[in-house]
Amino acid sequence: MRAGKETGMPIAERFESIGRKGRQKKTLRCGADSLAGSVSQRACVYCGARVVLNPVTDAVHLVHGPIGCAVYTWDIRGSLSSDAELYRSSFSTDLKERDVVFGGEEKLTRAIDQLVEKYHPPVVFVYSTCIVGVIGDDLEAVCKSASRRHAIEVIPVESTGFSGNKADGYRAACDVLMRVIASGQREREEAGESGSSSRDELAINYLGDFNLAGEAWIIRDYFREIGIPVNTVFTGDSTYESIRGAGRARLNIMQCAGSMNYLAGKMEEQFGIPCLQVSFVGLTDTADSLRRVAAFLGDEKICWRAEELIARESEKVKPLIREYRRKMKGKKAAIYVGGGFKAISLVRQFGELGIDVVMVGTQTGRKEEYETLFDLASEGTVILDDANPSELEKFMVEEGADLLVGGVKERPLAYKLGVAFIDHNHDRKHPLSGFTGAVNFAGEVYTTLFSPVWKFTRGGEVWENGGYSYGRASC
Amino acid sequence: MLDSTPKELKERRFGVINPAKTCQPLGAMYAALGLHRCLPHSHGSQGCCSYHRMHLTRHFRDPIMASTSSFTEGSSIFGGAANLKTAIRNVFEIYNPDIVAIHTTCLSETIGDDLPSFLGTIDIPAGKRIIHANTPSYAGSHITGFSSMTRAMVDYFAEASLPEKKEQVNVLPGFVNPGDMREIKRIVRTMGLEPILFPDTAGVVDAPMTGQFSMYPEGGARVEKIIDAGNSRYTLALGLFASSDPAMLLERKCGVEEILLKTPIGIKATDNLLMALRFGFLREISPELAEERGQLVDIMTDTHFHFHGKKVALFGDPDIVSALTEFLLSLGMQPVHVLTGTPGKAFENEVGTMLEEAGIRGRVKAGGDLFEFHQWIKNEPVDLLIGNTYGKYIARAEDIPFVRMGFPNLDRSVHSYLPVVGYKGAMRIIEMVSNALLDRVDRDALDEDFELVM
Repeated sequence: MRAGKETGMPIAERFESIGRKGRQKKTLRCGADSLAGSVSQRACVYCGARVVLNPVTDAVHLVHGPIGCAVYTWDIRGSLSSDAELYRSSFSTDLKERDVVFGGEEKLTRAIDQLVEKYHPPVVFVYSTCIVGVIGDDLEAVCKSASRRHAIEVIPVESTGFSGNKADGYRAACDVLMRVIASGQREREEAGESGSSSRDELAINYLGDFNLAGEAWIIRDYFREIGIPVNTVFTGDSTYESIRGAGRARLNIMQCAGSMNYLAGKMEEQFGIPCLQVSFVGLTDTADSLRRVAAFLGDEKICWRAEELIARESEKVKPLIREYRRKMKGKKAAIYVGGGFKAISLVRQFGELGIDVVMVGTQTGRKEEYETLFDLASEGTVILDDANPSELEKFMVEEGADLLVGGVKERPLAYKLGVAFIDHNHDRKHPLSGFTGAVNFAGEVYTTLFSPVWKFTRGGEVWENGGYSYGRASC
Repeated sequence: MLDSTPKELKERRFGVINPAKTCQPLGAMYAALGLHRCLPHSHGSQGCCSYHRMHLTRHFRDPIMASTSSFTEGSSIFGGAANLKTAIRNVFEIYNPDIVAIHTTCLSETIGDDLPSFLGTIDIPAGKRIIHANTPSYAGSHITGFSSMTRAMVDYFAEASLPEKKEQVNVLPGFVNPGDMREIKRIVRTMGLEPILFPDTAGVVDAPMTGQFSMYPEGGARVEKIIDAGNSRYTLALGLFASSDPAMLLERKCGVEEILLKTPIGIKATDNLLMALRFGFLREISPELAEERGQLVDIMTDTHFHFHGKKVALFGDPDIVSALTEFLLSLGMQPVHVLTGTPGKAFENEVGTMLEEAGIRGRVKAGGDLFEFHQWIKNEPVDLLIGNTYGKYIARAEDIPFVRMGFPNLDRSVHSYLPVVGYKGAMRIIEMVSNALLDRVDRDALDEDFELVM
């Protein structure tokens, strides 16, 4: 039996969230709540806040709630640190029945005290969970008094799980980051370093890279080489101090807009730091982004060095990419990722590799991003928002995808269909950013597409065809 | 990574650092996957469902299907009745399962959603079934949740419809891998009995590759069988924490006698399983199993000098850890630090008694965390660490050989297919443990001490 059998067609409520290039107007319904009863691949507000803040390496990330929320986010992001490792431990108030009845504020207070005493962190993030939103613990007050007691920042994260979706969690995290940035800024101003004069005229902040597999380091090194210091990365390999210094930068560049758009807006509004959208996924986007940043800063030497770097790195990787392209041309890919920016870049990157994208979807893409996807995609490409596994399966099978790009929950689904898979999420093991990353990506795509395992996936066929034929030895 | 863990032990009563358990709904979801054509349904925020699916997917490396009520701000004020109603309608319409197994979450429990009364107002399509379990995340652990969902299966399905009990046996395997469930069924069948084993995730989360995706693979316990479980002579409850509660309900509800056993890990616990079948049903021990036992003892003899006196720290789920402690003692090892994250004094009593009888002074704790466990190891170093994936931080910090066992295992594969239960499973444990110990000896040996034959 073919699956999709459980489901037939997507039900009526989902029609507006699924489109096909060339057959309709270029919009999708997106950003809506998932349907009750769906097998959604989406997560909650807490999840959104946690993934954005988690890479702050020297913070205590204390989850105020029952144990689960802390367990499922324990060291899963794969964001690398150059120094502190505190963010890789899991802290929870482990709320129990009596806390639910009598309130968890006392327990939270003690937990903060003990953790501060033990680890001496510069900052504690206290995450709110579903249950805290219901029992009404006053996190702000608890954190404020702890902050006073310990003379460090103790900041509540408004991440009550049910109060929206993952994107609302991104905002909650950005609010926290903004609070830290603002306090750093205030302190500098009080010390007489006033706003714009304390700016490093070339320094940039890099928003929306979580340093998975060390990706932010690759990009930082590119900028360093062309003479642009990266001031703060949000939030890959960041620290409390580095975030406090973010106001020093002249320019923000933003990769993952889904999570960082809000912060970029706030920083522009409050500190007058403008923002450029960039992407370091794929050769075209990487080169283009480096050029635009260099041009923005308007220094001729920098532009020139950027061209030099682009030329050199492109030269290095192009023969490799060309070779992969030769082997993989004509294969078909499906994409299902978290945010829109990544989907857009991946469509371009597959273009570089000669691979057709037959389906592309995201969990939390925005309207403009879907419009871009409609522009970029080739005729007939399926474009969808907040897909469930049955829909992913249906379109992968119908469109004959050879490869799926996705996250942890999509991997086994693809494998079951005998479809190759690339993790472009937390479980990636190689950096996929920049020129180096483009080659890694092509290599990973090649490895999975051409694995001998796909020859064995349909056992029945082998038996019906009478086994394998081996080259006949001459005798 | 854990360099900052201090050696000095101080009582910590407020919160957990590096947990050794997770929340109830995950266990309920896993249990529900052990019903044929069942879709687990999480009544709460969609994050819970997503997290549980992700965690289970990482462990089993198979698609884990479950739906969610997708609570919003509104539902948490006005209650989740409307969401549940819509959800159930959509689930049957879109995903067409035979059974929906609903579990609650901390959110729906705290706002006081009353599932039985909600369910009373929902139209269930003909031939379809809904069961539910209350699994507030702020009590117990994933093991409690597993137990609660298993109990719901008894509660909703089991019926004593015959005047006399049948020569059949119910087996409640507890929270173990599908590979273990397969092995337990094989053992019971080899004894000439057809087990009614539930939950049974074999063929669901270890389904074979066919080139096709199925929401509901071939495996899972059949409802008709669980209904008939009320007519069985005995229920073997494997593991106090995961299985005793549903077995007791089965005894109360249907008069099926409960035999409480350890999870059959190691020689003694497997012996006891066979003895229960032998005396309960007057069967002879099958020659096949007798041979396996003989092989196991042969292996234990061949390798006993590798194990004797070695100190072990082990942690994980209570039923697994308790049985494993017993086996380690059979091997002559010294389990000096034994911890579970699941709360329950019974664990401390059970393990404490075993250690005491063996004359070992060790630390035992239920409801503990891995921060404290690490401190114990710092205070009394061990030769071997056994536990789930999260043990790897401690193994690295203290440079201890590490054997992965239990849930979750996020960084190694194949484990869910191969059993640790029964005589065969015991052989596998010995292989894993001795390989870990001997690899370390080889790694650390000076050239002049490096030996070919060991």
